[in-house]
Amino acid sequence: MTALHQYSLAALSRGLAAGDFSSVELAQHFLDRIAAHDKRLNSFITVTAEQALAAAEAADARRAAGDAGPLTGIPLAQKDIFNTRGVRTSCGSRMLDNYIAPYDACVIENFDASGAVMLGKTNMDEFAMGSSNETSWYGPAKNPWDVERVPGGSSGGSAAAVAARLAPGATGTDTGGSIRQPAALCGITGLKPTYGRVSRWGMIAFASSLDQAGPMAPSAEDCALLLQAMAGFDERDSTCMEQPVDDYVGALEQGIEGLRIGLPKEYFAEGLDDAVEARIREALKVYESLGAELVEISLPNSHLSAPAYYVVAPAECSSNLSRFDGVRFGHRCENPKDLEDMYCRSRGEGFGDEVKRRILVGTYALSAGYYDAYYLKAQQIRRLISNDFTEAFAEVDVIMGPTTPTPAFRLGEKADDPISMYLSDIYTIAVNLAGLPGMSVPAGQVDGLPVGLHIVGNYWSEARLLNVAHCLQMETDWHQQIPEAFK
Amino acid sequence: MLMSLDAEQVARIAYLARLQIDSEAIPDYARNLSAILDFVEQMNAVDTSGIEPMAHPQDVSQRLRDDVVTESNQRDLFQQIAPATENGLYLVPKVIE
Repeated sequence: MTALHQYSLAALSRGLAAGDFSSVELAQHFLDRIAAHDKRLNSFITVTAEQALAAAEAADARRAAGDAGPLTGIPLAQKDIFNTRGVRTSCGSRMLDNYIAPYDACVIENFDASGAVMLGKTNMDEFAMGSSNETSWYGPAKNPWDVERVPGGSSGGSAAAVAARLAPGATGTDTGGSIRQPAALCGITGLKPTYGRVSRWGMIAFASSLDQAGPMAPSAEDCALLLQAMAGFDERDSTCMEQPVDDYVGALEQGIEGLRIGLPKEYFAEGLDDAVEARIREALKVYESLGAELVEISLPNSHLSAPAYYVVAPAECSSNLSRFDGVRFGHRCENPKDLEDMYCRSRGEGFGDEVKRRILVGTYALSAGYYDAYYLKAQQIRRLISNDFTEAFAEVDVIMGPTTPTPAFRLGEKADDPISMYLSDIYTIAVNLAGLPGMSVPAGQVDGLPVGLHIVGNYWSEARLLNVAHCLQMETDWHQQIPEAFK
Repeated sequence: MLMSLDAEQVARIAYLARLQIDSEAIPDYARNLSAILDFVEQMNAVDTSGIEPMAHPQDVSQRLRDDVVTESNQRDLFQQIAPATENGLYLVPKVIE
């Protein structure tokens, strides 16, 4: 018999609708799995068992009253970057270890309205700054495919929890690849929507012009269900756009005959692991067999993405994180001798090394006399990168390549070398700079470690991306693979 | 542009950021920050004169709202998580002698 956690989120939604099991049974099943398995993974920072069971009971009552939607009673793991009223919202940082959020983020409100059940808050790199989950104050989450390896980051806890089926779906946030890179390294599906698609209200800010929330789950169909609840205009986020929300689930089954897939030659160049490339080429063959056409393209400014990103992101981070001053909430040092000492020590004690590095880089880049050379220059390069994509999308419908240059690396392998860590997001960063939607989809394995196919679309093309990913998942079963130790 | 930062510059930037860094850790920060600045230096290989900087991917300007009160007073709720309060005020170390 198939156990509940072996079903996809969409299948669980159908099971609930058919009355095969209750929301309470479902929540209890996943809570039991978290209790049994998460010691090995450290994918949750906080488990909200009591609230989950209460929400599941409410979901069952709602269903009995004939008022259930597709997510009513579906258990979800929320990245610990979203404010959740009455529940600690740590953002992976000592700074917020004592912070009980007084309000809900818009994304949390939307899931509550849909009747979804929160299981807990997932581990992440501190303030979402990292690509391995190793910068978390709570220790790293581990990759369920090999617990000696990183799950990726910053949404590493969400990716690990979903890959090990401790939750049927989760949320992530993506500033430079933080949904797509961990999704790739853990063998699940993840989507970063167009900038402005999902409200950032109540989502703790890292780099405000790049941050975007999105779904992480086994399949594209699951992600479509989740995005349907997350997407939409919210006037409380001044960068959120008034753009109609498509029918993501309804678009999944469309054919892709004649789809033009652009392959940037810069993404298949030096630095890409041969075995990873082989898996990507195999996935592309599947698309060819479905009637898609492969077209070589160029994104000539690709090599400038990471340098521009490591100015824009730290600059915005240094500005956003100046709110953590020990006055109104968060960590305050013991016995400050004066106000300045309180600021300096509260921040010095509350933040970890990588966050400090980025605050320092950002402060330097924004300091008097350097603004034009760094931030302005980076914003100009951002335009060039965006223009590359605009030209590409005049020729092709989607762009594909590897999500990451290698499969999951070992814990500690890059921890002492910031630059080498930064380069693990080399293919994903440009998408954030341009504000485009992008996905990572499981596309096979190398030595038992998952490989992700990166699919990038034009603005507001989430429905098309999910459709294209779904077509691959109708032909392959990589998204259904569960690590042996967590079956 | 000089791409390497010395210990004194790092200490200065840390002060601007109101961020205490242990003095024995400063050389490590100086080395890592210099490497990062060296890395972003690649931007200077491109001539960007006349290129409009991009702040929002959709090139929209900041949306304005009507100047009306939209928030209710939740001071008690918010002060429950404050490190120190008294009579509804946030307490900090004495600023004026």
